[in-house]
This record gives sequence, structure tokens and C-alpha cells, in this order.
Amino acid sequence: MKPKVAFFDFAGCEGDQLQIANLEEDLLALLGQVEVVNFREVMKERSDDYDIAFIEGSCTRLQDEDRLKQIRKNAKIVVAIGSCAAIGGINSLKNYKDLDTVKKMVYGENARLFDSYAARAIDAVIPVDAYVYGCPIDREDFLQVVKSLLLGKKPDTPTYPVCVECKKNENVCAFERGQYCVGTVTRAGCNSCCVNEGTICWGCRGLVDNPNENSHKEVLIKYGQTVDDAINKFRLYFGWQEAKR
Amino acid sequence: MSKSKQNFEVNVHYITRVEGHGNIYVNVKDNVVENCEWSIPEAPRFFEAMVVGRSWYELHHITSRICGICSIGHTLASLKATESALGIAISEQDLKLRKLALHAENLQSHFLHLGFLVLPDLMGVGSVIPLASTNPAEVKIVLQLHRLANEMSNLLVGRTTHPQRLIPGGFSKIPSMSELTAIRKKWQDSIPNIQAVANLFKSLAAKLPDFKRETEFIALTDPNEYALYDGKLASSETNAVPVQDYLSFTNEYVVPQSTAKWAKHLRGSYMVGALARLNINYDRLSPMAQETAEAFNLAPMCYNPFMNSIAQLVEVVHSVEDSIRLINELEKAGLKTQPDYNKPEIKVKAGSGVGAVEVPRGILFHDYTYNNAGVCTRANCIIPTNQNHGNIQLDMNALVPQIANKPQKEIELTLEMLVRAYDPCISCSTHVTKINSDDHKSN
Repeated sequence: MKPKVAFFDFAGCEGDQLQIANLEEDLLALLGQVEVVNFREVMKERSDDYDIAFIEGSCTRLQDEDRLKQIRKNAKIVVAIGSCAAIGGINSLKNYKDLDTVKKMVYGENARLFDSYAARAIDAVIPVDAYVYGCPIDREDFLQVVKSLLLGKKPDTPTYPVCVECKKNENVCAFERGQYCVGTVTRAGCNSCCVNEGTICWGCRGLVDNPNENSHKEVLIKYGQTVDDAINKFRLYFGWQEAKR
Repeated sequence: MSKSKQNFEVNVHYITRVEGHGNIYVNVKDNVVENCEWSIPEAPRFFEAMVVGRSWYELHHITSRICGICSIGHTLASLKATESALGIAISEQDLKLRKLALHAENLQSHFLHLGFLVLPDLMGVGSVIPLASTNPAEVKIVLQLHRLANEMSNLLVGRTTHPQRLIPGGFSKIPSMSELTAIRKKWQDSIPNIQAVANLFKSLAAKLPDFKRETEFIALTDPNEYALYDGKLASSETNAVPVQDYLSFTNEYVVPQSTAKWAKHLRGSYMVGALARLNINYDRLSPMAQETAEAFNLAPMCYNPFMNSIAQLVEVVHSVEDSIRLINELEKAGLKTQPDYNKPEIKVKAGSGVGAVEVPRGILFHDYTYNNAGVCTRANCIIPTNQNHGNIQLDMNALVPQIANKPQKEIELTLEMLVRAYDPCISCSTHVTKINSDDHKSN
């Protein structure tokens, strides 16, 4: 029997589910291997009977925790897809602001009607079995993770920084170009796609395991950047991870 | 209307095949509509607060994340606001390339909506998945066109979602002329496939409910072209104004059933999107697009919101024809190459600027203020779907009594189809907030 899979979304842009829709012909091949029972963005039918749950988006309010716990209860395997779900992502930028002030600014006297708390990764609420990183996720990366899960293997996740891939691609280092880049401490797996397109690594895949902080400091000093610069850049995607550390 | 006493309840929790979370609740007792509510329970994300304290060269990257589907549109509106605030000009060539990027997104989004979200309703199924086995030829064509739109997006902005190459002052990297002519050839060869999709919708057009309600339409307008990248702010009911005056049009307000704000101008609500653009700028559509509109008897003023999907189909044809024209012009002028890792010279200064762009679901505004270090101190973004929420509600109020004598299933489906016709982008619409620099302690 084909494994049943379900897709769910919390606070996010649904760009990761869109990447899955963008698999086009590969999506049809994937549908030959699994039975999709829940995918609100593309299908009307829904069911609570599933083996693998893919979750996109951060948890940003108490009321969503119950829904997450229910998904955990129903699923054998929970996969966090995209930066918001896997590492808290860009939503955690709001965690540096005073929440009550922000809420009152938005909804005025109705502020109490609308619930919100610090944005967090899914694994802050329920245990997560596998991660697909990136903002948005990479389609190939997603397929690799799904293949591993279907074969009962643990997905392979790079434990080295984006710099490794960037060097292989022979890009001119962003620091050499007078720009600031967080590829030195960001988890690889994207094939340094943003630097390849002429920009910098923004850090969307999150901090690599055991980042080499001393070496990163040396780079900062060499190129005349301050620790404040670094912290500000890290906050773009690493906010929730930083708070956890 | 049936003579018998009607009692029914429609409760659609998390409507499917739309972007984001929305609910429909209708309760009719003894032929009287007691409740009729379109509500938005989506978790709010506070983007305008998030960007305060961030630098001018990061804002387009952050605000792109408001929406996965219209990330090119958000990036362009953001760049236009930043460029207007800092007084940055872009070259004629970059302007054409940006217009191509916007066409790519319009094509991606419209094919997704028409093929994956709308078509299943017209074919009487729950999703595109069963169609892959019952109608493989049609599904293959839709996938081919959608993939080509993604390929074009990749070529122009380096991604299919959340662009990389679009930066303040231009592009970090541009495609080569041979890449552009290759994509032009692919679109030219795809015209029969687009016609096949149009014929498919034509054969199903009778399934679109015959409903109309007069409303106001708002879109960008330009005397020389079908306005998408730039123009003045136009209404179907008053004179056009500069986009800087957008707040006099949008008038956002809070309703208790929605985490997204709603908007109104001269009436109780207004509509933005493909149908609004077509109603206001019909005569500037490309020739083939006008032919497509004629085949569906779609001409201004069309007050049937269900026809928004057909207006998207017309825009698909326009975007393909106009992309071919833009690439021809780039070829004629000779594409100027630029260095790798291009970074335009920019002088940072304090200032405010508004950027407005027509994105797949309608007109989008970004409005920023920067201090003299180029750090954002205030941001406001007004998203198309916010502007449509009020119109969806008023359509529902008018539609429910007209369909109250139909079977329950049909009422439910018709209301879902109404919401889908607007192609709402709900994650987008719950970005809300206005915040001033004094109200928080970010650096």
C-alpha cells in the first residue's frame, strides 16, 4: 500500500508548497509512489489518516499548538519544510520587537481579539523527524528527503557551510566584493544558489551544526566588519536559533 | 426563488485550493439570511514591523517573503518604493527586463490558478490529481505551460520563487540575448497550447455562474500600454491620481472576523485583479488577447466576479505576446552586458517613496521611509487580497439569496467558486501593521 502523505501550513508564505507544485512532471511521478490525502492548497478532499506530515510555516500563536499536536499524533513521520518551519526563519524578525506595542499598532482596541507570540520553529512545539531547509526549499532537495523517507533511511543533511559549495562553484567571495555574507556559518545544500545569481548568502538554511565562530570572527576582522554587523545579519533568519542558543 | 421555507447552513472551514486560510459561514432560516460571513483566521505575520530597523538593500529580500506566489511582484513593488525614496534611476534595458520578470510571474500564477485551482470545479472533481488520469492531454498542456513560465522566471530573476537577481538600481545578473531568444521561441511554439487551454475553458464556460453585482474597479493605468509595472492609479468611477495618493483610494479598516484588514473607496467595497485591469485598460490589451476576450464575450464593464478567471486567461495571452514584443525590442537595441555580481553605485539618503505594481491578484503598494543611514523607519504594504475581502463579502451577501433554492452541495460549491475566482492570497493579506520608529527599540 502506498504511504499516505499530508501537507499543512502555519505562518508562512506557502512558497514551499508552491515549490512542490512546481515539480510539474516529477510531481506526477511522486504521486505514483505516495497517496496525497491532505493538501489544502491544491485539493478539496481531506483526511486525518496519514503516515507522513509535511509542515510549512512557523508557529506564531498558542491556538496553533493544538493543531500541531494533533498532526503529531496522527503522523508516523513529521517533516518540517522551509525556513519558517525548520528554523523559525524570517518570521522571527518580529521577536526582536515589543509584541504588545506591535499588536496595538495593528489592531488598535481590538488587539486582544488577535493572538500572537514569538515566532518559533515547529520543533519548539512538537518533535520533528526530518527537515527540508531553505527559503524556499529546493525541489531536488525535497525529492531526496522524500526518497530517503520512503526507503526508511534518515535523510542526508549537509553539516558543512555554504562556503564549501560556493568555492566549488568558483564564485568571487562576497567579502572580497565588499559585501557581507553569512555563507561562512550557514548550512549548505543549496549549491550556493544566491551567490551564483550575483548576490550574497542571506542565511536562509540556518546555522550549520558547530559553526566555526573563531574563523568567522577572523573573516569579520580581516574585512573590517563589526560584531554588530554580524548580529544584525544573523537576525534575518537565525533569530529563533539564536534565542535557543 | 422557491416558495417553500428554506433552512440551511454552509460552513466551510479552511476553504481549499486557495492560498492561505479562509472560512465561509452562511446560515439561512425561513428564507432569511441570518449570517453570511467571509472570515480570515490566518496567523498574522507583522511584516511592516519586521522591516523597521533593516537596511535599504534588504527590504526587497524580506518583503518578498510576504508571498510565495507573488514574490516577484512584492520584490518589484519594494524596489520601486526604495528607489523612489533614495532617488535611484534604472536603465531602459533593466526596465524591460523587469517587465519581463513581471510577465513571468503573471504567467506562473495565472496558469497555477486556472489549471490547478479553478479547472477542478469546472470538471466536477476535487483536485487536479484525478484529472491526470482522466484528462492526461489537458493536464500535460497545463503542466508544460506552467513549467515554461517557471523557466522564464528562473531566467530573469534566478529563481522560481523569491527572486535573487532583482536588486536596488537594476539586476545583479542578467540573461544573455541567446537565452532570451530561446525563451521567446518556446513561447511562440506554445501558442497552440495556450489556444487549447482557451478552448477547454470555452467548452466549460457555461459552468461559470451567471451572477453580477455592480462594484468599483481599481487598477494602474497608462496611456501607452496595458499597465502592469507602472502607471497612475485609476478607478472605474473617478479620475486617475498619482500612486503617491494611494491612501485616498485604499482606506483600510479592521473587521472583527478577519486578521486581514479590509478596504473601501467610493462604494462599500471595490475589486482589484485581472478583471479590474481588463475593465479599465481593455483597449491596450495585445491583439490576440482581445480576440480571446471576444471569444468569451468579455468586454468592459463586466460585473461578474466569476469572470475574473477568464480575464486571467486573457492576460496570459497578453503576457506571452507582450513578452515576445519586449524581447524583440531588446534584440533590436542590442543587449548591453554587465559585470558579474553587478552592484549599482547608490548614494544613501533620507527619504520616503511609494511603489505600486499590478501583481497577479491586483494592485500592490509598498510605501517606505528611510533615515539618512538608509535604515527603514516606517513601512506600509497594501496587498491586493486585502482590497478584495470586502468585495467578496458583499458579493456573498448578494449571491446567497439568488441561489438559496439550490441543493445544499451546489450552494456550497458556488460560494467556494466565488472565493476562488478572486484567487485570494490570504497569507499575503495578513501581513498587516503600520508602525513608527518611535514605537519600538530595534536598532
